[in-house]
Formats: sequence, C-alpha cells, structure tokens
Amino acid sequence: MSLLQTRPALPSDDKRWKLVNAAMRRNGYAGHALIETLHSVQESFGYLDEPAMRFVAGSLDLPLSKVYGVATFYHLFMLKPKGRHACVVCTGTACYIKGAGALVDAVEARFGVRPGETTEDDRLSVLAARCVGACSLAPAVVVNGDLAGKQTADRLVAKLEELA
Amino acid sequence: MNLDDLAEKAEEYRARDAGITHEVRVCVAAACQSGGSLPVLEALKAECSDGGTCKVKGVGCMGLCSAGPMVAIAPKGGTIPDSILYREVKPHDAVEVLASVGGTPVERLHTPTDQPFFARQQRIVRENSGLIDPESFTGYVAAGGYAGLIKALSEMTPGDVLREMTTSGLRGRGGGGYPTGLKWSTVAKMPADQKYVICNGDEGDPGAFMDRAVLESDPHRVLEGMAIAAYAIGATKGYVYVRAEYPLAVERMELAIRKAKRSGFLGSKIAETQFSFEVEIRLGAGAFVCGEETALMASIEGLRGQPRPRPPYPAEAGLWGYPTLINNVETFANIAPIITHGGEWFAGIGTEKSKGTKVFALAGSIRNIGLIEVPMGMSLREIIEEIGGGCPGGKAFKAVQTGGPSGGCIPAQHLDIAVDYDSLKTLGTMMGSGGMIVMDETCDMVDVARYFMEFCMSESCGKCIPCRTGTWQMHELLDRITKSKGTHKDLALLEELCDVVQATSLCGLGQSAPNPVLSTLRYFREEYEAKLTAE
Ligand SMILES: Cc1cc2nc3c(=O)[nH]c(=O)nc-3n(C[C@H](O)[C@H](O)[C@H](O)COP(=O)(O)O)c2cc1C
Ligand code: FES
Repeated sequence: MSLLQTRPALPSDDKRWKLVNAAMRRNGYAGHALIETLHSVQESFGYLDEPAMRFVAGSLDLPLSKVYGVATFYHLFMLKPKGRHACVVCTGTACYIKGAGALVDAVEARFGVRPGETTEDDRLSVLAARCVGACSLAPAVVVNGDLAGKQTADRLVAKLEELA
Repeated sequence: MNLDDLAEKAEEYRARDAGITHEVRVCVAAACQSGGSLPVLEALKAECSDGGTCKVKGVGCMGLCSAGPMVAIAPKGGTIPDSILYREVKPHDAVEVLASVGGTPVERLHTPTDQPFFARQQRIVRENSGLIDPESFTGYVAAGGYAGLIKALSEMTPGDVLREMTTSGLRGRGGGGYPTGLKWSTVAKMPADQKYVICNGDEGDPGAFMDRAVLESDPHRVLEGMAIAAYAIGATKGYVYVRAEYPLAVERMELAIRKAKRSGFLGSKIAETQFSFEVEIRLGAGAFVCGEETALMASIEGLRGQPRPRPPYPAEAGLWGYPTLINNVETFANIAPIITHGGEWFAGIGTEKSKGTKVFALAGSIRNIGLIEVPMGMSLREIIEEIGGGCPGGKAFKAVQTGGPSGGCIPAQHLDIAVDYDSLKTLGTMMGSGGMIVMDETCDMVDVARYFMEFCMSESCGKCIPCRTGTWQMHELLDRITKSKGTHKDLALLEELCDVVQATSLCGLGQSAPNPVLSTLRYFREEYEAKLTAE
C-alpha cells in the first residue's frame, strides 16, 4: 500500500460506516482483512450492498470483482437485506435425522417462505445452516441470534408468531 | 519464570478459595446456555449465603448436553464422578440445590455419576472441562495450566519438544490422523525467517461439536498447545480460525488471548525468555470447504476459500508462502499434558497405532446425547450401548455414521470393532473429527446418502469439475432413486460416478464425497434395490 494512495470518503455520514472503517484501520487496511471487513459491514448494516462493496474495495485497494467474489463465495454473507427477524433452521445431520425438514415445511406452510427467502412484509427471513453445533438439542434453530433446541413444528411456529 | 514460580502462582490463586469446601458448578457452554443456564447461575449466586464455604461458578461443558442446564455440586477440586450431578435445573430449583450441598441429593433432578456415561470416560482433552471457569485465567493456572508451556520453555529445547511429540504417537484429530510429531518436525526443519501456527476450529462436519466444546470450555488449553508448537517449530505468529456460527467460542477465545497476553503467557518475551508468540482470531463465513487446510489458509489471506493442489504442503509453503503448521483444536488440546506427563505416558494409552483418547460427539437416535472422551480402541458397542445407552424408545440400532460427509456408516454386525483410525478404514469409513450419528431401524439409508450428497454438492467450492458436476449428477441420481423413479441403469451410473469423482477430485471434499454412498451400498444395498423401478 503506498502512502500516496487516497482512500475513498465514507459513503454517507451514517455512523455505522465509522465502525466499518475502524475494522479496516485495525488491520492496517490490508487486503487480507477483507473477510473481517465484510463481517463488520454485515454486522452493522445487516447485508452487503453494492455501495458497501465499492467502498470496501476502494479502501482496501482491491478490485471490486474480488470483493464480490469473496462476498458471494461464503454462505454467511447476504447480498440482500434481511427481514426484521431472522430464523435459522439447522439442517445439519443430527437435526435432519430428528426432523429439521418438518420444521422447514411448517414454517413454509405458515409464513410462505423457504430458506433463503424473506416474507413480503419484511418481517421474517428464513435461513438454513449446516450444523450450528447444538446437535445435542436437535432439531435446533437460531432465532435472532438466540439458540433454541428440541424444537417441534408447533413450538417453532408459535415462537415466530410471537415476534413483532 | 520456571516451574516452581508457576506452582507458587497456582498455589496463590488456590489460596484465594481457602475457606471453600464445595463448588456449585453451572455449565455455561452453548447448549446449556440455550436451555437457560445463565438465569440458573444468577439464582444460585443470589441464594448462596452460607458464609463462604460454598462457591457458585460458571464452568464449561460436562458432556451430557441434551439434559441441560447441568449443575454439579463437587467437593473443592473434585471431578465430575465425585459430584452430585443435576439435570434440567431451573432457577426456582436454586434453594433446593443449595440445601443439598454436602447432604443428600435432590431426587427429582439427580443424575447418578456412576453410570457408564461418566464412569467409563477417560479425560485428557476435557480434563478441565466442566471443572474450571472458562473465562478465568487464574482458574486455569490454579488447575495446573501453562505448566506444559513453562516446562517446554525453561527445561526443554525445541528438539526435546519434537522428540516428546514423536514419542507420544499423537495423530491429528482433524480427521486425517497424520502423525503430529512428524508434521511438527517437518515444519521445524524448514529454513525460513517467518513461520505460522494455525489452529483449525472450523469444525464443518455437521453432527460434530467437540471442538466447539473445547473452545468454549477450556480456551487457554488450546492457546497453550499452540504456544508450545510455536516454540518447537520456531514460529512467532498464530491464527485461530473459528467458524462464525460459534459466537460464544469466539468470545471466550478472544478473552483468553487478551488475558494470556496481559499475564505474559502470550506476546513478546514469554515468561522472561526470548520466545515471542502472538495469536489472532480469524472468523470463517460459512463454508465447509474452509476446514480443508489449503482452503483455510486462502480464507485467512482474505480470499475465496478454494483449496489448491498439494504438494507443496502447508509445512513447506503455507500461509503467504511461509512454512505453516496447521492442527485441529483437539490436537492442540492434547499437547500440554503430553509435555507435562511425557510422551511415554501418552503412548501408554490407546491402541498400537492410535494413541491417547478421542472425544466423540454422540447424536441422533441415542439416549445419552452429548460429548464423551474415551481411550482409543474402545469397542463401538461399548460406546453406543453402554456409554450412549442405546437407541431410545426400544428401537433397534441400525447403523452409526462416522466421519460426516466424508465418512460412512457402520452397521450392527460390526459393533464389536475396536475404534481407532485404522480399524474404521477397514470398514469403509473413517474416524473423521469424532461425530457419531446413531440411526435406528426407522432411518432410510438411501435418504441419508442423498442427504450427504446434497451437502457435498452445495459445499463444493466449484474449482474442479469432477466435484462440481459429479456431486450434482450423483445427487440427481440419488434423488431419483429415493423417489422410487430410479432404474438399475441409474444405480450402475451412480457407482461409476463414485469411482470417477473419488479418483479425480482436487481436494478431500470431492475425493471423499462418494463415501457415504459407497458405504450404504456396501451394507444396505437391498434398500437401494427395493426402490428401483424396472427399466
Ligand atoms: C473437506 C475437508 C474439510 C475439513 N474440515 C476440517 C475441520 O472442520 N476441522 C479440522 O480440524 N480439519 C478439517 N479438515 C482436515 C484439515 O485439512 C487438516 O488435515 C487438519 O486440520 C490438520 O490437523 P490435524 O493434523 O491436527 O488433524 C478437513 C479436510 C477436508 C478435506
Ligand atoms: S446438526 Fe443441527 S446443530 Fe448440529
């Protein structure tokens, strides 16, 4: 990185960009901090959109194509906004054997969304994960970051209905 | 600092608890937390007012994760078998639980610790797990922590450490079972002014949660192992790669790094020697293939996690082209005791070619779901029927799946096999990282094979064609067969594809993707045939 390189200005005066910038600064604006940086964008904004990826590419002096390549490679990065609530259904082996498929079907029957989709009213996003490491509590889900085990279709649907 | 100084420190930390006779330990690892163990911990702390003979504390995983929140009442310094163990404890049980300290157990919550699940285990990796507070540095030192590192630094040369590792016969716990001493010696021999140590905490195998529990329950143990490795091979920088799905593990590891650094067990001039070692955490982002070592290094470099052909092996040209040692979490957790007790001691445990213990994650259709640690060579029957308690609901055992999407299943007729790296290979499966998923008579084995193929298909990184299109085609065929639309020709094509993908894929993901199919075909071929339609 040359000293003369000019970094792009923050895309807006939204305070969250400062958090993203701080994450990059912590790693000396090194290109290898790309994944760390994308994590911080997603944590701050919930997803990665084009202006965010352009900003990160400019700041880390990487081609936009590379940033896009990394963002699309890893399952955890979302390129579209999530709903207000997120329900991750674990479809790892232990959960699959204990009926994760029935959970996915029940959520679809009630809310009309499959993993990877968000309801029309932006209330709920449903995602699937390959093992959240709670196999002892299979089938497991993670609702808004909180792990909940030993789910049944009814319990899960009731839990999701309670969310505002 | 030498071993005497460290022992003095440990004594000083223990003296802080001088008046205490009993500990009330509440599991605060992820599974128990999701069952509500934090409110239980709070309630117990609030109710505990016996003038300081009893200490309430959060500890790591006790193993019986499906029965959480777990609470143990132990005489100070006692282990799990010495404890009164309670299951599914709620905050309103606090008064009753505390009243049983030193007295008779509360019948309603009591889980006997003389049952095989606890009594048959031998704990090395998990020896502190469930006993010490994972967030406490002093707790780790008081339990004898960092003695391995201090012994290595003050009494051994790097060569001595390498010799001890080779003597121990330890093999990598990440799945491959490569001899750890040999791997370390290879990196140590490389002339380079920069070397790296990486801890592989990606644990992508669905159905495995051993590494998660180690990171959440005893993070300093992993750091100590990494530091000893760095000293032995001449590295000054390390990375712990943890999957982002494990936020609690990340948090505890971050805290442990900070505390170890502040106390001079990481950073520059560790324990007043010339040895320096820095550790950083790197987060995964949900890609199974990143558990593969070359893909993992690409991910640390900020790239797409795509594997590259080996050789060169990471030991020769790894992270940023420098010699790199990469080991699994559980491998690193074995290091400190090997250095403390000696390689000979470790080699005395286990079988001829697989030394030490192995942590297994029992899940699926089995009564005692959770984590166990047993000596290598224990029979599968003992693990599943005695320790695991067999299938619940009177169902008959059908098979156990080991090695995840790269492994295979073992049917009932082979339950008497002694589990080690080599014996499992002869059955067409592998040890893998230690996940064991038990399936009962109601389980459809063809669907299991389809499930794993779907997994490999969606996790294929797309770099090589056999894996990218082969897994897709095999999944199509399996899907057709499970829907009773497949023909004999489809089955023949599936078997042919298995061979091709196995022989020609670039990395372990593709090479092993056919394993679940081959193994179910080997033992349950009739289930496939029953689903075929006439041409
Ligand atoms: C597709 C694939 C996934 C892997 N996933 C993991 C993993 O999640 N954790 C792990 O420790 N090793 C994993 N490995 C093995 C690593 O490549 C590597 O061999 C291991 O981390 C070396 O450590 P060890 O010698 O201590 O076992 C995986 C290998 C392949 C081919
Ligand atoms: S398979 Fe769902 S938590 Fe492991």
